[in-house]
Amino acid sequence: MGEKKNDKFVIAVYVENKFGVLTRVTSMFTRRGFNIDSLTVGVTESPEYSRITITMSGDGYARAQMLNQIRKLFNVKKVELLEEVDAIERELVLVKIKNNPDNHQRVLSALDIFKAKIINYSVEALCIEVTGTPDKIDALIEMIKPLGIIELCRTGIVALQKGGGSIMESDDVN
Amino acid sequence: MKLTGAQIVVETLIEQGVTDVFGYPGGQVLNLYDAIYEAGDRINHILTAHEQGAAHAADGYSRATGKVGVVIATSGPGATNLVTGIATAMLDSVPMVAITGNVPQDLIGRDSFQEIDITGITLPITKHNYFIHDVNKLADKIREAFRIAKSGRPGPVLIDIPKDIQTATAEYEPCAPVEPFPNRMPDMEKIERAAALIDSRSRPFIHIGGGVIGSRAWDLVTELADKIDAVIGCSLMGISAVPTDHPRFLGMQGMHGHYASSMASNDADLIIAIGTRFSDRATGNKAKFARDARIIHIDIDFAEISKNITADVGVCGDICVALREMIDRVHEANHMDWMDHVEDLREKELSFLVDEPGVLTPLKVMDAVNRRKSADTPVATDVGQHQMWAAQYVRFQKPRKMISSGGLGTMGFGMGAAIGAAVGTGEHTILITGDGSFGMNLNELCTAVTYHVPLTIVLMNNGVLGMVRQWQTLFFNHHYADTNLDTRRTDYVKLAEAFGAVGYVAKTPGEFEAALEKAQSSDGVTLIDCRIDKDEFVLPMLPPGGAIDDIITVKKGV
Repeated sequence: MGEKKNDKFVIAVYVENKFGVLTRVTSMFTRRGFNIDSLTVGVTESPEYSRITITMSGDGYARAQMLNQIRKLFNVKKVELLEEVDAIERELVLVKIKNNPDNHQRVLSALDIFKAKIINYSVEALCIEVTGTPDKIDALIEMIKPLGIIELCRTGIVALQKGGGSIMESDDVN
Repeated sequence: MKLTGAQIVVETLIEQGVTDVFGYPGGQVLNLYDAIYEAGDRINHILTAHEQGAAHAADGYSRATGKVGVVIATSGPGATNLVTGIATAMLDSVPMVAITGNVPQDLIGRDSFQEIDITGITLPITKHNYFIHDVNKLADKIREAFRIAKSGRPGPVLIDIPKDIQTATAEYEPCAPVEPFPNRMPDMEKIERAAALIDSRSRPFIHIGGGVIGSRAWDLVTELADKIDAVIGCSLMGISAVPTDHPRFLGMQGMHGHYASSMASNDADLIIAIGTRFSDRATGNKAKFARDARIIHIDIDFAEISKNITADVGVCGDICVALREMIDRVHEANHMDWMDHVEDLREKELSFLVDEPGVLTPLKVMDAVNRRKSADTPVATDVGQHQMWAAQYVRFQKPRKMISSGGLGTMGFGMGAAIGAAVGTGEHTILITGDGSFGMNLNELCTAVTYHVPLTIVLMNNGVLGMVRQWQTLFFNHHYADTNLDTRRTDYVKLAEAFGAVGYVAKTPGEFEAALEKAQSSDGVTLIDCRIDKDEFVLPMLPPGGAIDDIITVKKGV
């Protein structure tokens, strides 16, 4: 409990792919007074399960409470805490930038640095796509902000444990 | 055999051992009630005055018997009227199954007449809930609901059944009653550590909660206390787990706990908490709770360990197994100094007990109840001052006899709960209530009369919302904002008679004793309107945010 305050952490949750399960998980966060920084959900290698990836920040108490309270939900099969050092984290962002001939060179150099792709081109705007760690996405956004962002959309973090294991083989934390 | 969904519900309830259900019919459960009508000789349905009363009755039934309580309501307002009852059961970990009807699936989501998303509404106040989409899965979902309700840390489960599922047909095969999921076994290494910690301490205090009743661990608790020379205190939910007159039992601790119990928990160097969540009402200011003590916490719910109070050793798992293993590992101990200290605390506690002769005081009411009730009498309460007086002074000899809303503190709980307890046990039940709480659900008098429920209602009538008034006296400069009820002019004797019950007024100890004797010898419903002074206090009291050291033992400000 005496850990440093408000570390960011990622929780992977394997849930039954059923009506209303996502609501059960998110409603529990509201009920216990915890904030979600990012949440992604999608089907998995097995169609009867969905995988929810939740990023939140909090102290050691919040982290232990969240893991315990999620684990109590009946449609939850597995819960895994992904420590930053052991996990691969990725996020995708789509950014629409003003298509201004004066900007072209700066946009292209930004795209080059961040290995971004132009996925849509129109007279008014460029739409670019970048994948990377959340830090990389933050840095990209900082860099292209002066070029005139029209709108952007981030997916939120998806994460997997490094190495050959899977969440289904992981030990319960308790 | 091929049955309708409605018939499957009733057959599955019967198969699961349900003999009594509480409820209220309506448009979207007509089919279900038709199936209940057909099965009338095999299942007993009790019609209440209001769905809230039915939910509290199912809850009281469960608390008094240990069985799963069942309540049925229609869609929309029927379902929302269950909400307070379900939340009450959730906060006190009571196993309950609530069944609601809903509009047919093709009308769902269209704001149809009496349509409400009750699974959405009850998401945070149920252990789990279901919306049934497929009649073929109906029986198994009901079985699963019973299993979840009674497994591990019990709780309420709601099943919402749209009307088209009740009319559709499916194959039904009876099954045996479901067994709870096997309890998690405690980690033996943790037990070893707990035992070593127990052996190293000299002022042990065992704090028990409702989990000791749920897991039937009461004998193991006293066995452990005897072996390690500990005293025992409890939360409100732990009352009746250990007999009140057990020599090691100090009573409830916390905000309105017994002086000796609260002080001993404060002075202990070891707290062994069993089946309890360290509610703020039991601990006072958490930062200052038991500052010298190491904490061992035993609970079936892993999420409770270190949730409210950080445990030095957290033992998660079956309480009975954990206690058995712990008792076998600890050494027998004698803590003479500790016992002497506790004895001093008990003597001091007695000195605070002032009672005015000749006046009908809360203490005299409870004393008379103690003399008139038997060891098997369930005592239900509502919420407020009378509840705390009952918690402090009513003496219990057997578990499951104190039926009270602890976690949610639901005023209006008592009437339904007392009816449920009486139906479940067949015992003449005593309801201790106040004029505030009773006013919330007194409509259930008609239920008690209809079903000849043997019930004595001890109405502690002080013409005020006494608990709130006490706070206003102490902390709000005597501003009695909306807590005076004396302008209501309710004649409770006439009220009882209007419902077909019997009513008495008691203004003196003698009148109360005589009325109680008549009530207890009757098989029917009796209400005793006990006139209590409006400035009676519940003492001791920990001021809000205060620690045990800040305990108020003497009446002031009046």
